[in-house]
Parts: sequence; C-alpha cells; structure tokens
Amino acid sequence: MIDSLTRPDPDQIRGWLDAVPDPEVPAVSVMDLGIVRDVQWDGDELVVAITPTYSGCPATSVIAFEIEAALRTRGIERLRVERRLSPPWTTDWITPEGRRRLEAFGIAPPAESSGGPSPFDRFLRKPLAIACPRCKSVNTERVSEFGSTPCKAQYRCCDCLEPFDYFKCI
Amino acid sequence: MNGQDALFEYLLRLGDNALILGHRLSEWCGHSPVLEEDLALSNVALDLIGQTQLWLNLAGEVEGKGRDADKLAYLRDARDFRNVLLVEQPNGDFAVTMARQFYFDAWHYLLLRELTGSKDARIAEIAAKSLKEVTYHLERSRDWVLRLGDGTEESHRRMQAAIDDLWMYTGELFESDDIDRAMVQEGLGPDLVTLHEPWLGLVRATAEEATLSLPQPGWAQKGGRRGIHSEHLGYILADLQFLQRAYPNATW
Repeated sequence: MIDSLTRPDPDQIRGWLDAVPDPEVPAVSVMDLGIVRDVQWDGDELVVAITPTYSGCPATSVIAFEIEAALRTRGIERLRVERRLSPPWTTDWITPEGRRRLEAFGIAPPAESSGGPSPFDRFLRKPLAIACPRCKSVNTERVSEFGSTPCKAQYRCCDCLEPFDYFKCI
Repeated sequence: MNGQDALFEYLLRLGDNALILGHRLSEWCGHSPVLEEDLALSNVALDLIGQTQLWLNLAGEVEGKGRDADKLAYLRDARDFRNVLLVEQPNGDFAVTMARQFYFDAWHYLLLRELTGSKDARIAEIAAKSLKEVTYHLERSRDWVLRLGDGTEESHRRMQAAIDDLWMYTGELFESDDIDRAMVQEGLGPDLVTLHEPWLGLVRATAEEATLSLPQPGWAQKGGRRGIHSEHLGYILADLQFLQRAYPNATW
C-alpha cells in the first residue's frame, strides 16, 4: 500500500519514465520527446498525462500501455494515464538530450521553432537547409514531405548520398 | 432544431469530411506511383483518421446517446453522412487525387484556423491540433499542383483536367445554411462565406504559378452536407463498414 509517506516523488517517477523508449523511435524516451506532460499524485493514485504527437499516431496507445507497464514494475499499482490534447504537442518540447539522441540515431532534429512562419509565408521561401546527420553536410534535398511516420520527412544527402529522416517542426 | 442538435450536425460534417477523405487516400496504399508517395498518402490518411476520432467522439458526446466515434463511423448509412461531395469523389489518377486534396486542404486550413478561436474550448483544442497537421497537407498538395501543372506536357494536361473536373464540387465548401448560421451566432464557428475570398486567392495564385487556368465560377454540385450524396459514397461505406456489418461488435 502506497501512502503519502512512502509514495515516490514525481521527479523520481520522471526519471523512471526516461527509460521508457518511444515505440516508433526507440532511440529517444517518452520524456525526451516531451510526450509526458504531467506526473502527479491524486491521493494514492498516480496520474500521468500524455499528449499525442500527431492525432492519428498509432503509437499513442502503445505509449500509454508501456508507461503503465514500466510503473507497475516499480511497484505503483494505482495509476491512471490521461490523454491531454491541449496545448497541442510541439517539437519545441523535445529536450536537448532528445535532439542529440535523434541525431546520433540518424534522424535530423527539427531545424527551427514551431513558432516560425505561417505556411503562407513558408510557400514564398526556399526550404530550410537540413544538415545530414551522418556527414553534417547541408547540401541535402527533400525527397518527400512525409517519411516512415507522420512526424518525419524524407531527405537525401547530396554529398555522402545517404537517405535520412528529418523530424518536422510542428 | 435546438443548439445541441445543430452542434451535433456541425461536428458530423467536420468528422465525416476527414473520415471519407482519409478513407479515399488509404485506397492508394500499395498502389502509389512511387514508394515515397505511398508513404505520404498513407500518412495524410492517418492524420485525417486521427482527426475523425476527435471530431466524432465529441459529436457522440454532444449527442448524448452513447455513440462513440466507431459507432458513428461504422453504423450509419449513406443518408446520415454529412461530408461534402468533393471528398467522396474517386481517386482517379494521381493528378485528380492531388487536385482534390489541394482544393480541400486550402479550405480545411482556413476553416481550422478560424475554429481555433471557437468559444467551445473542445472545438478550439481539436482545431489547434489538426491545424498543425493540415498545414503540412496543404504545403504538400500545393507543391504537387505546381509540379504537375508546370511539368511535362502530359502532367500539365492531366492536372488541368483534374482542376476542371473537380471545380463544380468546390462551391459546396462555402455554402452556409441554418446549422452554420447557428454556429456563427453562438461564436462556435466562422461564417463559411468569409473563407471564399482567401481560398480563391490561394488557389488562383497557385494555378497561375502552375501555368494552369481556373474554370469560371459556375453551377455548383451540392447536397453532401445534408446527406444527399453521389453514388460513390455507398461503395466507400460498403468497403469501410464491411467488418462491423459482417461481424457486429467485433473488436481487436
């Protein structure tokens, strides 16, 4: 039985969640991606709020399941995973460590803040130069606006010729 | 019709547009011209189906009769669907799919942008989430209209034909009826008529850059928003609803 004296601190729980990988991009954790919005006790029940990256992302329910499984192995029996839609997830919430891990994994991290230009302005300028995660060259080209998951676009490096994923800003 | 009934109808329109277009795009899965486009079309479909769940779950909540997004998607017949005719039009060739997408995305983007200011926080939240996704849809479909319009002789001919053939379905997007007026009055949604000018501006500028000519405004095909559909919707539902109809209450 967990009571107010023995229940783990939310910061400690966040640390545990940092070991839960994202099911689609296992190089980063659910904490790195900023999917976990809140961790707090409601009496003797732990409430974890998560937000979907994209509204149709099939990984969201898997993430909820894995968070629950990870916390149960830590002895937390009463817990609720809530889905929170607002404010909508943004790539700005990816941690510096998460960006580093993405790049090491071969995925170029988002190149700008989501508060960037609106699409009407975006149409009028050249696409951003995205650095190749392998050789760091910015001589790259976009192959498609969408990659293996909705959150990524497909690029190709014109110098080392490596195809790679780019994590889009939203 | 009271306020709750009007809101329910309004949410069905938003959800059904996303559902039917999402389903149409999913038909391309495994059939696209190249692998990258196969992935892209499936990803756009996925976004739209995700948005469908949000809108239709809210619709079910507003209706208060215990129906959720699945029940609304799988257990209504064609006459009860409220999507615009544009989204149920067949995929045709790749140019038709992208022209249909561009017409819709430009409107969808403008509509969602207004809905983020809805007085109903639940609507504003879903709109804010969807808007981020639809921004990418619009960027991509616009890009394809440009590339095919200002491409080879054949791609130009096909894109011009698609732009012409689908034009008569765009008028319905800006039609305003009692339900829309009720939403405007309550501060829940925008007056659709006001979206027409910005939409036309974007479509016109894109067509010009793509060396395409836009048809003259003319007679518009309408009815989907009131449940009067083209013959295509029945075939879509036969496919989309097959499993629930053949194996009622099946879950996985």
